[in-house]
Amino acid sequence: MSQPFSAAPRIAALFAKVGPALLSVGTLVLAWELYARISSISPTTLPAPSRVLAQAIQQRQALFDNTVPTISATLAGFACSLAVAFILSVLIDFFKPLRRALFPVFIISQTLPLVAIAPLVVLWFGFGLTPKIMLVALVTFFPMLVALVQGYDSTDRDISALLSSMGASRMRIFLLARLPSSLPYFFAGLRISITYAVVGAIFAEYAGAAKGLGIYMLNAKNNFRPDLVLAAVLISALLTLALFAATVLIQRAAMPWERLEAARKS
Amino acid sequence: MSRRLELRQVSKRFGDIDVLAGITLHVEPGEFVSILGPSGAGKSTIFRLLTGGLEGHGGCVDFDGRPLADACRPFAFMPQHDALMPWRTVIENTALGLEVQGMSRKAARGKVAPLFGEFGLAGFEHKYPAQLSGGMRQRAALLRTVVQDRAMLLLDEPFGALDALTRTGMQRWLQMMWDRHRWTVLLITHDVREAVFLSDRIYVLSGRPARVLREIIIPLPRPRKDLASPEASAIEADILDTLLEPQPAQRT
Ligand SMILES: Nc1ncnc2c1ncn2[C@@H]1O[C@H](COP(=O)(O)OP(=O)(O)OP(=O)(O)O)[C@@H](O)[C@H]1O
Ligand SMILES: [Mg+2]
Repeated sequence: MSQPFSAAPRIAALFAKVGPALLSVGTLVLAWELYARISSISPTTLPAPSRVLAQAIQQRQALFDNTVPTISATLAGFACSLAVAFILSVLIDFFKPLRRALFPVFIISQTLPLVAIAPLVVLWFGFGLTPKIMLVALVTFFPMLVALVQGYDSTDRDISALLSSMGASRMRIFLLARLPSSLPYFFAGLRISITYAVVGAIFAEYAGAAKGLGIYMLNAKNNFRPDLVLAAVLISALLTLALFAATVLIQRAAMPWERLEAARKS
Repeated sequence: MSRRLELRQVSKRFGDIDVLAGITLHVEPGEFVSILGPSGAGKSTIFRLLTGGLEGHGGCVDFDGRPLADACRPFAFMPQHDALMPWRTVIENTALGLEVQGMSRKAARGKVAPLFGEFGLAGFEHKYPAQLSGGMRQRAALLRTVVQDRAMLLLDEPFGALDALTRTGMQRWLQMMWDRHRWTVLLITHDVREAVFLSDRIYVLSGRPARVLREIIIPLPRPRKDLASPEASAIEADILDTLLEPQPAQRT
């Protein structure tokens, strides 16, 4: 299984994976650049990508200062959301009626439009970290809860039957079988939620903050600087990609058997 | 000496479907007994009743002459699918029962590790189940079962998912292992040849609702090497007749 590969085929394999994505993104950026140059459209309406990049480099200190609070809001909010989702998922797994009591409330919470909620949360909790954490948690909590509850339920019945025939308690069965069985669902939920989390944090900042990518975008827009808006968008996209990649790496480290199972089934 | 396991008139319904219609059977200490029956008859249901996964509807079950409820988890159970945990290495999987019994991880591994050679798993201790062949998975599941040192083994179609060649190899291996260890075994199978080759006695079940059609004693001498001796073939043909022909005389 762990044959040593030489570097060249590995890079080729990596390129085969990310090549198509790079190609499509590259084509899009190139078309945009050409259009912005040929059509002589004003850069205050549609700046060319090259201009966005140049401005981003020029404004790197300001961008960096505004990215740090966004990252901390995202991670703090997501961590809170994960902790609460995990605790609730365990309670729901042990007391099934809780599920029917709580899920409707959470489903309604998912229908609230962020545009309307964000300013209210800021109004109630001020410009600090709290409203950001709350909004990030609002958008990520339910997907994580659903992923965990579904994951527990995906446990192989034969494994549960085996454990109870061995005399394992309910708690033991949860720890030995249900929790590990939920890992693939947990990570699938994690990958989706982490992208929501960044959007949630930016939305919260947009509604009112001292610093952050959201408020930076708002100010740049009000100053008729779409190039800086887009520079901030670029940063938030890179941030999302980085977080996504981190979850993939964590998943690989946490579930070394997963790729072996996939190889066996294919 | 009292019987190790005795079921009398055990019945089970799911909703309004009768699955077990009064099963009576017994197993003596050190005996290898098989339950043979068509698919869907209710064979696995018998094991679920014994291991506490289900409540029965009437009948009684005794273990060593006393009600099963008084016995302290006397069975080591091997489910129909190997039920190996994909996230545990082979040695962690095989030590599972001991860990659940309260043994420390280290002690449990220390107890299973010396058995890997006998079970044809040497060198695979730290692999994941996905890295094993079908036959090796079954041997790992069997090792997980026998290492628990319970009074009796319940094996639910241990070789049902294997190809014919591997299955024959595993049957010979199990026969050899049983000769050495003389476990008390109740085996479920729908492979007639397997039942005849391995068992001291066979209970042949009808289709659903399951009842015992016949009890057959296999007088073949041990150790058995040949799966297809003329005597064995005659018994096989007899059992197949029972299974495949309708039994109007025995239905009440
Ligand atoms: N929990 C349940 N609820 C309703 N019906 C069930 C349940 N469990 C089993 N049955 C039914 O009971 C019957 C017997 O099932 P069982 O698994 O014992 O069969 P089996 O003899 O082991 O079959 P196979 O050889 O295919 O494994 C089947 O018809 C099945 O549909
Ligand atoms: Mg079955």
